[in-house]
Amino acid sequence: MEAVARKPNNKQEQLSLMADPAPAPSSETSRRKPPVGDRPAKRAAKTARGKGRDLQLPVLGPTEMAGRGKHEQSRGAGESGGAVERQSGGPDKRASSAPDSCPDPSPPEAPPSGTENQEPKTRNSPSPSRRASAESMASKQRDISVAEFFTKNRHLLGFDNPAKALLTTVKEAVDNALDACEEAGILPDIDVAIRQCNGDERFRVSVRDNGPGIVKAQIPKIFGKLLYGSKFHSFKQARGQQGIGISAAGMYGQLTTGRPMVVVSRTGKGKPAFRLLVRIDAQKNQPEVLGEEQLEWDVDHGTSVDIELVATYRRGTRSVEEYLQQVAIANPHARIAYHPPAGQGDDVAWERVSEELPPEPREMKPHPYGVELGMLLKMLLSTKSRTLRAALVQDFSRVSTRVADEICAVAGVKPELRANRMQPEEVEAVHKAMQAVKLLAPPTSCVVPIGEELMRRGMESRFKGEFFTSSTRPPSVYRGNPFVVEVGLAYGGDIPADEPADVMRFANRVPLQYQKGACAVTEAVTDVAWRNYGLQQPRGSLPIAPMVLAVHVASVWVPFTSESKEAVAHYPEILRELKLALQECGRRVAIFLSARRRAIDAGKKSAYIKKYIPHISGALREILGYGDAKEKETVECLEYVLERSRLEGMKSVEDEIASTVDPEAEAAADDAGTEATDA
Amino acid sequence: MPDSSMVKAIRKVAGMIHEKILARRKPNLKFPLRSLQNVRYRPQIGFFELLGKMKERTLTVGTVKTFAQTLRMMSLSKNLVETDDIATKREAYYVSKNWGEARFDEQPESDQVMEDIEALFRVNREQIGFIPEEKGGEVAGKLTVIDKDRDTGKTLKIDCTKFGSGAYSIPISVEDLGFQTDAKFILAIETAGMFQRLVKHNYWKQASCVLVSMGGVPTRACRRFVRRLSDEKKIPVYVFVDCDPYGIANIYRTLKVGSGNAAHVNEFFCVPKATFLGITPQDIIDYKLPTHPLKDVDVKRAADAVKNDPFIQHHKAWQGAFEKLVKMGVRAEQQALAKHGLNYVIDEYLPQKLAHPERFLP
Repeated sequence: MEAVARKPNNKQEQLSLMADPAPAPSSETSRRKPPVGDRPAKRAAKTARGKGRDLQLPVLGPTEMAGRGKHEQSRGAGESGGAVERQSGGPDKRASSAPDSCPDPSPPEAPPSGTENQEPKTRNSPSPSRRASAESMASKQRDISVAEFFTKNRHLLGFDNPAKALLTTVKEAVDNALDACEEAGILPDIDVAIRQCNGDERFRVSVRDNGPGIVKAQIPKIFGKLLYGSKFHSFKQARGQQGIGISAAGMYGQLTTGRPMVVVSRTGKGKPAFRLLVRIDAQKNQPEVLGEEQLEWDVDHGTSVDIELVATYRRGTRSVEEYLQQVAIANPHARIAYHPPAGQGDDVAWERVSEELPPEPREMKPHPYGVELGMLLKMLLSTKSRTLRAALVQDFSRVSTRVADEICAVAGVKPELRANRMQPEEVEAVHKAMQAVKLLAPPTSCVVPIGEELMRRGMESRFKGEFFTSSTRPPSVYRGNPFVVEVGLAYGGDIPADEPADVMRFANRVPLQYQKGACAVTEAVTDVAWRNYGLQQPRGSLPIAPMVLAVHVASVWVPFTSESKEAVAHYPEILRELKLALQECGRRVAIFLSARRRAIDAGKKSAYIKKYIPHISGALREILGYGDAKEKETVECLEYVLERSRLEGMKSVEDEIASTVDPEAEAAADDAGTEATDA
Repeated sequence: MPDSSMVKAIRKVAGMIHEKILARRKPNLKFPLRSLQNVRYRPQIGFFELLGKMKERTLTVGTVKTFAQTLRMMSLSKNLVETDDIATKREAYYVSKNWGEARFDEQPESDQVMEDIEALFRVNREQIGFIPEEKGGEVAGKLTVIDKDRDTGKTLKIDCTKFGSGAYSIPISVEDLGFQTDAKFILAIETAGMFQRLVKHNYWKQASCVLVSMGGVPTRACRRFVRRLSDEKKIPVYVFVDCDPYGIANIYRTLKVGSGNAAHVNEFFCVPKATFLGITPQDIIDYKLPTHPLKDVDVKRAADAVKNDPFIQHHKAWQGAFEKLVKMGVRAEQQALAKHGLNYVIDEYLPQKLAHPERFLP
């Protein structure tokens, strides 16, 4: 965060460091391209990211290429943050390149789509006459501010269409509210209101929380500056990561309606409440305070933010209401109230299920297996330690002095090197060595799941089902990042029976709404053989059943497939854990279903028994030859004996149902090493 | 078991059930488990002996129908014994149609219940008034069967040499038959076709024997007939069947030591002295017999016999034979001998084999 703005020197060094490993041809080709145009940028979003990257190179600089070259594409969140951030450091490096030039959203140089397609052909053909001189190119090269980057890449942040923009705005504000409350140890009480303003497509989103409030001086930066936040640099399980969300929402509002954000905050009783009108200077990525006043507020402490934006209000799937309901499921300790626009339904409130805050996630140092080259470079540059050895030991988890020396030995560098003066190739060697050296798995205590019981109770309070269960897996690790998978399941009752099961996806308690098909969670649900558990499942599809699944992936760093954080990436370790948790819940559904079937059978049997009693007593009478009185007595006794047997049967079925949701009984079964599958 | 004692036994069981009901407790019936898992091969006595495994039928919601049917069947049986009547298994099934809700839907269900009762009392089903449908098998050759005229009670002597190209049919109950014979052995034959050929050519005259056609797995009557004849007249029994797992493990083994399903009556329905004349796997090689490949079911049956059949497990010779058969992957029928001429079996094969009964498989 601050490091970005306040350490220009470091940044400069970093950029110069990284210029080398960048593949020369691609930066060259990209330079020949005109600066980012609206059209290519949009197209890039729709298609491969590679294209987008290529086109953005002039502004993003080669750093990005280096950062991505060898490593996972999927840690989108981190990359985009990193990329944008580096870019913000750009002015230092490109000080010469017309810092005063005002970026035009649609530069005249932008070629029509037709010529764009022809370009690759000219790339390889020698046509020096068409080449621009370094000077003419320099005139086109210029800094692009973060805010401007946003306006052109709003889809990356979840603002691609008006319906999604509304949801994203609510999501960012709610995420911030929840994180703030939890950090301060306050049970969240969140109030979301959406009002329609003059005009069909203008809405005002207000989100108010009972959090600790924000000191007045910080308000403009938090809301009016992108990439300002506390979470990006911490290795800790949290909803937000990059410090983009809420200011991006504000910027979207500002771009579509021209209205500033209205922020009200109060830090405690006896302290004044302030209202600020905050605008973002899109060029400088700096907040502008348009107005400020002290006011009476009936809230002891908390923050409220109002954003006016052009949006489309939707009901049903992917609606704000559905989103908030899911937030409530994943945050059983929060109370959430929702006031939809007039004529769009009634006010709703999801009361809290638990009066206890989840334990605060512990911060963790990065584990070497999960660190990307870009991150390593940055860490080494900004380390407080002098030597490489000390930096490795101090800044990473599971690295002892011995391990640090081993890493250095494998990398062929001296552990005594000054950490912040290393050559890029040395850093790269260290990075490689880190992956090669055997290390302990990272500590898992820093991941905090919702927990089996709360997960189940959350489902119980939100759905009218007949059967609820949940499963929280023990922590596991992917690429050096600890994670926990958990699944909550509701079955039967009011849940529609003839439709595919509803799969709610959560990452660090945040509901994921879009890109279902690209998500590892969806893949895992489809891969599980639900037929084994007595459910219908067309080949390669979701099961068809009156079932709702809530699938939560909690991690210090949830891997997303893209920057907009909409789909969890397909790491084999994560898929495996997902399937195990789903299968566990599936087995319990199977037990429930078979028990329920038998309970129904037992009910039917009352009449059934009566059919055969006369035959038993009749046959005995034929053999033994007793009289009518004795026969009557025999029938009575038979009825008694069989009815008791029926009740015993029902009871054993009920016990079985009870035991499927009784964690102690389950634990006992686990201890015995028996899986309570088919009884 | 005299009939009156059978009735007593049924009344005793019914009485126990009734007492339990009146005491408001769940009545139960215990049956010996009827399967190969519950038998042991006793070479000294020569047949499958029942082990102690029991299955229990307690009156509960789940078993109420079967329980009612079992009691109904016991009542029918008592009736049959008292009136000295009989019912075939099929007839018993039709009688159940009169039991309303407790009727049987298919005959196999009624057969099961009948066999349960049979095993419960450890008797042969004829003793509780039920008789099978199937024919008992056919006999031709040097034997006179002594039977009684049902009406007059006069002794009837049935000369089995005088059936021409036909044969004497073994009755369902053979307990009261007597025998006169000077035959040297009994030849038990699997197929009616081979039996016909031997009868047609009066092979029994030439070899001085009794020919028995089993027609597949021998019925209880057939087994009992052969057993009594060989015991009383002290003549050996040679078995002549197809060379395949079914001929050996099902037909021959059932004749010799009984079956798992009727383990409670094996003592009477087995012929421990029987030996295996052919066709052996070695015969396929020695006589260059035309073969068919073993089917999957054959291979499975062979594996099952080696693994689960206590009789096969007891005899190394049989394990070796099965191994050989599976290794060759072929089977040969009795009629395959016709390759060398239709009467090769009479002129060459049987005489050659009978010259060395000591070489027969156990």
